[in-house]
Amino acid sequence: MTNAWGDIKHTDLVVVMGGNAAEAHPCGFKWVTEAKANRGAKLIVVDPRFTRTASVADFYCPIRPGTDIAFLGGVINYLLSNDKIQHDYVKAFTNASYLVKPEFGWSEGLFTGYNEEKRDYDKSSWDYQLDEQGYAKVDDTLQDPRCVFQLMKQHFAVYTPEMVEKICGSPKDKFLKVAQMISECSTPTKTMTSMYALGWTQHSKGAQNIRGMAMIQLLLGNIGVRGGGMNALRGHSNIQGLTDLGLLSNMLPGYMNLPVEKEVDFNAYMSTRGFKPLRPGQTSFWQNYKKFFVSFQKSMWGDKATAENNWAFDWLPKLDVTYDILRTFELMNQGKITGYFCQGFNPLMTFPNRGKITSGLSKLKFLVTMDPLDTETSRFWENHGEFNDVNSADIQTEVFQLPTSCFAEDEGSIVNSGRWLQWHNAAVSPPGEAKSDVWIMAGLHLRIKELYLKEGGAFPDPIVNLRWPYAIPEEPAAEELARENNGQALADVTDPTDPTKVLVQKGKLLDSFAQMKDDGSTAGFCWIYAGSYTEAGNQMARRDTWDPGDTGLAPKWAWAWPANRRILYNRASSDKNGKPWDPSRKLVYWTGERWGGYDVPDYGPTVKPEQSVGPFIMNPEGVARLFTRGMMRDGPFPSHYEPFEAPVANAIAPKIKGNPAARIFKADLEALGSADKFPYVATSYRLTEHFHQWTKHVWVNAALQPEFFVEISEELAKEKGIVKGGWVRVWSNRGSIKAKAVVTKRIRPLMVDGKPTHVVGIPQHWGFMGRAKKGHNPNSLTPFVGDANIETPEYKAFLVNIEPTSGPATS
Amino acid sequence: MIGQVSRRQFLRTAGAGVAGTTLGAMGFGGAEQAMAQAVRPYKLARTTETRNICTYCSVACGVIMYSLGDRSKNTHSALIHVEGDPDHPTNRGTLCPKGAALLDFVHSQTRLKHPMHRKPGSDKFERVSWDFALDRIARLMKDERDANFQTTNKDGVTVNRWTSVGFLAASATTNETGAMTYKVIRSMGLLPFDNQARV
Repeated sequence: MTNAWGDIKHTDLVVVMGGNAAEAHPCGFKWVTEAKANRGAKLIVVDPRFTRTASVADFYCPIRPGTDIAFLGGVINYLLSNDKIQHDYVKAFTNASYLVKPEFGWSEGLFTGYNEEKRDYDKSSWDYQLDEQGYAKVDDTLQDPRCVFQLMKQHFAVYTPEMVEKICGSPKDKFLKVAQMISECSTPTKTMTSMYALGWTQHSKGAQNIRGMAMIQLLLGNIGVRGGGMNALRGHSNIQGLTDLGLLSNMLPGYMNLPVEKEVDFNAYMSTRGFKPLRPGQTSFWQNYKKFFVSFQKSMWGDKATAENNWAFDWLPKLDVTYDILRTFELMNQGKITGYFCQGFNPLMTFPNRGKITSGLSKLKFLVTMDPLDTETSRFWENHGEFNDVNSADIQTEVFQLPTSCFAEDEGSIVNSGRWLQWHNAAVSPPGEAKSDVWIMAGLHLRIKELYLKEGGAFPDPIVNLRWPYAIPEEPAAEELARENNGQALADVTDPTDPTKVLVQKGKLLDSFAQMKDDGSTAGFCWIYAGSYTEAGNQMARRDTWDPGDTGLAPKWAWAWPANRRILYNRASSDKNGKPWDPSRKLVYWTGERWGGYDVPDYGPTVKPEQSVGPFIMNPEGVARLFTRGMMRDGPFPSHYEPFEAPVANAIAPKIKGNPAARIFKADLEALGSADKFPYVATSYRLTEHFHQWTKHVWVNAALQPEFFVEISEELAKEKGIVKGGWVRVWSNRGSIKAKAVVTKRIRPLMVDGKPTHVVGIPQHWGFMGRAKKGHNPNSLTPFVGDANIETPEYKAFLVNIEPTSGPATS
Repeated sequence: MIGQVSRRQFLRTAGAGVAGTTLGAMGFGGAEQAMAQAVRPYKLARTTETRNICTYCSVACGVIMYSLGDRSKNTHSALIHVEGDPDHPTNRGTLCPKGAALLDFVHSQTRLKHPMHRKPGSDKFERVSWDFALDRIARLMKDERDANFQTTNKDGVTVNRWTSVGFLAASATTNETGAMTYKVIRSMGLLPFDNQARV
């Protein structure tokens, strides 16, 4: 989230698309209710199903799963054709005026530079025209045919209301009503917020879905303001924290990148990270990259990371490719990954194409699970009739099931959707012999280290030299690790303008990332967490509900990254001259001497407005990007691509199947089904009574929603002879499941390109362990293909068939 | 609690005062005593309160956990009640159907209590000690790493990577657990590393 949960009460229009907040984030959704009740805000829901959120909406518009870009493209086209944009914001705070290279173009569904064999682009033409000094050329009148604004007009012209209806199945009049309601927020005093979740990310073009809405929000001037923003409602209690900390194949903490092997040494790695400003005088804050990187290396390897060994750069692994989960299971199936750990993760239930997951796990030498619960993954080798039909004797995987503590037994911080780090304490001890994950990880490290010290072996340096400054080496304390995340001075840190002035004494905790150095005198595991645990104490444990201006930001409750900032890009809440766009919703503004207001400015605190420094300080442009240059694999603008399994051809570019830049492995391509055999569109989702496959272990929730079902329309039920509550078989080209049928008015057939298209809704909460009835799960059916940029699997749009059947033998 | 008396504390104190005085003021002296004896003591009054955050979605609702026992060394605590934290700026005391049942999550029958081991081809788990499990896993990991660690690529560039073992981290664990996991996994050069963030 760019904004905070409590800030939603200041909005005028909530658009829930790609999510179902009332059901999946109920206590956060109360702020929508608050905005509706007290501000007269309106709520729009665009969803394939008439969801619980839709049931309290002012306006609902249906959409076919996997066609969000066509819808959002239609809105962009509407805003541009009807001149419903916030002109001053767009001109001053976005790259609308930037000139793009003449070679760049788009035709027949592809941008320039496509290589069909590699399913990838040469992105060199997707960039700005630069002048002699290396600055981007601009046309402030927005008239130049090569400026981003004009290119955007051209690119989205195809998404007419008729085209939206043809692709999405959203009736034209309903689409136009949504577009019109959104367009009202183009004035500086009306604000819209976007609340989305996995309904947007879990597509082969998920990242571009989100960009589509981000562009709308920029055109309306809704980024950086109260009641606005792009609000990703993250799905797990600390998924934000684990993202911040970079527990991903290709990441370092704080959104830095692990080197790739093309970056042959430290100099090569740093050479592409200069972040030279693309316009005169811009902040381009990532210019400090080296300070954050060196501080991270010092946090990992302490005294052993020195200027002489390039801060132990070679101790980090170098990527050849990214090892996302899809590639990992592909390699497992090829026998190239032989050991696997699942810490609080249940891939047998949650990864796509369960058949492939089972065969991968069955080829492992060893599997280790660490979990408070008895998961299906830890018992993938155990026969549970038709719910897990395997032959144990054939599976040679050695399995360790390690019991861990849960939240009630652990202390530490977790990060909410709004980037607040909240500290929690343990109430009780773990049951039986269960242990904390920290104890287990430390135990493994110390054992492996000992083996290397005793036996030697492959490159032991980064293991045996890992910094381990904990009072009890076998069980580092949460507070110790929190201080490490914050960072400390390893030598006196002095003022760059006055070396006699000591800013932070040796050994003291840092107050902010501004104190980090690239000379090895500071350590800090995750630079964006600097300030969370200072000499003044644990800021994440703060519980002061003080909320000046009733902003809903509660600046002394817990601590938000970065720098306790509650709304990102908040400088953009004021115009070029530093005057609030909306005086009734002031946030950060120029007081004559400095930037003041209710939030920590996302900006130099004394940088004068007339210096024309852009509000998007992380970008070398200083402004937000409507055109993303070569930063995304599948294009600088979002384009409509059908899901890999779609009931119709791409109406804009009939030859293009799926997202042309998304990777798909050969066997998975062959496992895709076609519309003649699988005529119905399926989508997966959560219910409010359940959380993934966890709560089926919880008696109350198992009682509330005891049994797996699928949802279909009355029309489809009639067509197929399916009765309410009767059993159905649903199958894709990859698997087959049985379920009870819920026949409902909540799902209606959509008219797509003149043909009725049926949607089958499949909730995802059942398995063969726990207290609910044993059941199937959508991931026996889902396709093994992911988003072009980050490989999030396409769980939300695929093809199935359905027929009435008899129940499972064990039921 | 920093700085101020919470709304809850205030209500609780005020409530006790009201119950103690109203009957007396109305002239029911004896009745008051009889009443006090008949009323079951407030169950949560003897519990230890601990602030926590709901473990499910990232609305991150504040919860208060009530446990028996004072958490001192050598005592056992038992969790008996969980409810929404009314001081919390996001949820203001409310919980959803999942959060409201957190107590049953902690006490789930399928909570794991002992390390278990399944031998290749076996159809059952067998209980093992932590030492057995961790020694054996460490051995397996080191042997795998030594056999498959890649120091340089085909162009002779130092790559120091290990790709034959994978690790999925958990998005319900704390930042502190996350950092510890990161340190241990990355220091081995392991690349197949992910969490729920992009699944």
